[in-house]
Amino acid sequence: MLKINDLKVKIDDGAEILKGLSLEISKGEIHAIMGPNGSGKSTTSNVLAGKPGYEVTNGSIQFLGEDFNQLTPDERVVQGLFLAFQYPVEIQGVTNTNFLRTSINSVLKARGEGKMSPGEFLTKLKTKANELGISSDMLKRSVNFGFSGGEKKRNEILQMAMLEPKLAILDETDSGLDIDALKVVSSGVNSLRSTERSFLVITHYQRLLNYILPDFVHIMVQGKIVKSGAADLALYVEKNGYSEFLS
Amino acid sequence: MDMEKISNEGIEEETIEVVKNLTSAYEAGFETKIETEYAPKGLSEEIVELISKKNDEPAWMLEWRLNAYRRWLKLKQPNWAKLNLDPIDYQDIYYYAKPESMKVKPKSLDEVDPKLLETYEKLGIPLKEQKILAGVEDTTVNGQRKIAVDAVFDSVSIGTTFREELEEAGVIFCPISEAIKRYPELVKKYLGTVIPQTDNYFASLNSAVFSDGSFVYVPKGVRCPMELSTYFRINAENTGQFERTLIIADEGSYVSYLEGCTAPKRDENQLHAAVVELVILDNAEIKYSTVQNWYPGDEKGKGGIYNFVTKRANCRGVNSKVMWTQVETGSAITWKYPSCILRGDNSSGEFYSIAITNNMQQADTGTKMIHLGKNTRSRIVSKGISAGRSQNTYRGQVSVHPKSIKSRNFTQCDSLLIGDQCGAHTVPYIDIGNNSSKVEHEATTSKIDEEKLFYCMSRGLTEEESTALVVNGFCKEVLQYLPMEFAMEAQKLVAISLEGSVG
Repeated sequence: MLKINDLKVKIDDGAEILKGLSLEISKGEIHAIMGPNGSGKSTTSNVLAGKPGYEVTNGSIQFLGEDFNQLTPDERVVQGLFLAFQYPVEIQGVTNTNFLRTSINSVLKARGEGKMSPGEFLTKLKTKANELGISSDMLKRSVNFGFSGGEKKRNEILQMAMLEPKLAILDETDSGLDIDALKVVSSGVNSLRSTERSFLVITHYQRLLNYILPDFVHIMVQGKIVKSGAADLALYVEKNGYSEFLS
Repeated sequence: MDMEKISNEGIEEETIEVVKNLTSAYEAGFETKIETEYAPKGLSEEIVELISKKNDEPAWMLEWRLNAYRRWLKLKQPNWAKLNLDPIDYQDIYYYAKPESMKVKPKSLDEVDPKLLETYEKLGIPLKEQKILAGVEDTTVNGQRKIAVDAVFDSVSIGTTFREELEEAGVIFCPISEAIKRYPELVKKYLGTVIPQTDNYFASLNSAVFSDGSFVYVPKGVRCPMELSTYFRINAENTGQFERTLIIADEGSYVSYLEGCTAPKRDENQLHAAVVELVILDNAEIKYSTVQNWYPGDEKGKGGIYNFVTKRANCRGVNSKVMWTQVETGSAITWKYPSCILRGDNSSGEFYSIAITNNMQQADTGTKMIHLGKNTRSRIVSKGISAGRSQNTYRGQVSVHPKSIKSRNFTQCDSLLIGDQCGAHTVPYIDIGNNSSKVEHEATTSKIDEEKLFYCMSRGLTEEESTALVVNGFCKEVLQYLPMEFAMEAQKLVAISLEGSVG
């Protein structure tokens, strides 16, 4: 589904952050990228989502056979990508419900499909919001505006649940969550697991991976993956730290 | 949350749809092909007399016009605004243009030239009165609220809807040209009392040559049973439009009035100089909303309307109240400061404004709050959005007279910049004459947040859709004061006006 090959990325001021990243994710798999601060984890998710300010100098990103690097962020969403932000952005004056509806209908339209009817939309929204403990008050408020850290993260998962992506990237979704919120968010993610949907979980700590069990764990250091393994690699890192991977 | 609520709130989405469906940004830019009767080009006493004669006016009105004209001759066009424009050749303008088909005044809208009616239909302005069932009190038609419309086309009103129904409630709503003849006492009593002929260059010009506009009188204790509106359309070439609106809310009455305006796309600039006077007596209230969508000119700054407008409300009565809401998206040049004179004790004035400039547009707009009575209150919320190479200035005055004790003002003035070639400016004038009054002023200027745009795009919105959504969010606080139908229209306009501002 996703194939990243020897990817090198510079930020606009010239520093190279990704230094030859390669990663392949197949349908239905859950991959986790772990790594110390500054290893390029968030850059990876930003580059995959198409955030401006990065320059790909080498390598390729292919998603379902298409060259992703040529696409704008919205076009990538239309192809089936979703990024849950580490720091979700507040948009004042736009209600959460409207934002979701605009988002879904924009994507459907770009795919050449018809709009979702208000009835279908509301039923789906209500169900998904309930599962994530999101109150109708939160749906009426401006997007993420005045939300607590936990509310923002749950809201990201709600958007994901509504958009039903093929590949979801969770960027440090566990940061700033207490254990109860972490459980809610994880069960939200787990309910979306399917043989058709893949996940890339980016995290600093192993804790999240107790709840979202990955098929593969990759250790990222200084802009590339230095070790890959199964779920128990995360436990090993949790116990021994990253120091042995730092050269 | 119920479904209706969502569909009402689903405006952002519709905004976006409109942007996408548009092939050309200014959809009101078409021209109606009709025969037009012009007065000779240029301005002179003869032209003023001719306009007066065309309207079959009494002698006092002509005298009033000529006084204004003589005054105007002595004045110079003001240049204190932050506007850069070529000199206007006042002798190279037609001051009167009327569709030939209006030569004999139609008795009803049914007799109006279908081409004219078509124009309004194309613009989405309802000129049909729906049938009302006998004995059933109904303020809506097909779920839409009834809105009475006075349709002004170039220099004349072509018709006014729901007049009879309004008359039953005692409300007078008619073209001002007709009010001068039918209600001379009311017109004489109030015309020019809020904005005298001598007020300023453009007000003097308007006083001399205004040809039509709307007149509203809401009698004591009457709540106007529907929204009133006037739609101004400029069609004829090289023609100025000079309309005059006078609204009187007598004691304890209430009226909500809307105005809209558009013009064809042309390479020449066209002048629009209007005067709007509001008189509000004891315990009365007027809500006045504008969606200004004159042709803004092309992306290089060619063509577009020069919009020089004087609007003022006089809150004469105790507890009187006025609310100005404006969405300014059009015009090459906007010079406009809807103001409130808070003369009555406990009177209040509010001003809510969205001004969007794109490409080469220039706007210098704001308000004046003149506190004269005791315990008067005013509130100003201004949202300026600049894109392209445009210049957007908020200019506002808050003045509290020494005798206007315990008065309050709150001003909030936010500017949003899209791109790095445009300008936003805030020019407040504050003058407080006593110690018991309180004036607050808050101002912010920010660039459109790239993080917000990226966030929206990461949810599938295109860059333009994202910009429209963020800007609509920025304007929300003002949009909510518009009547629902207008709010939808305004949100669409916000998006359209910003077309091409990104990327």
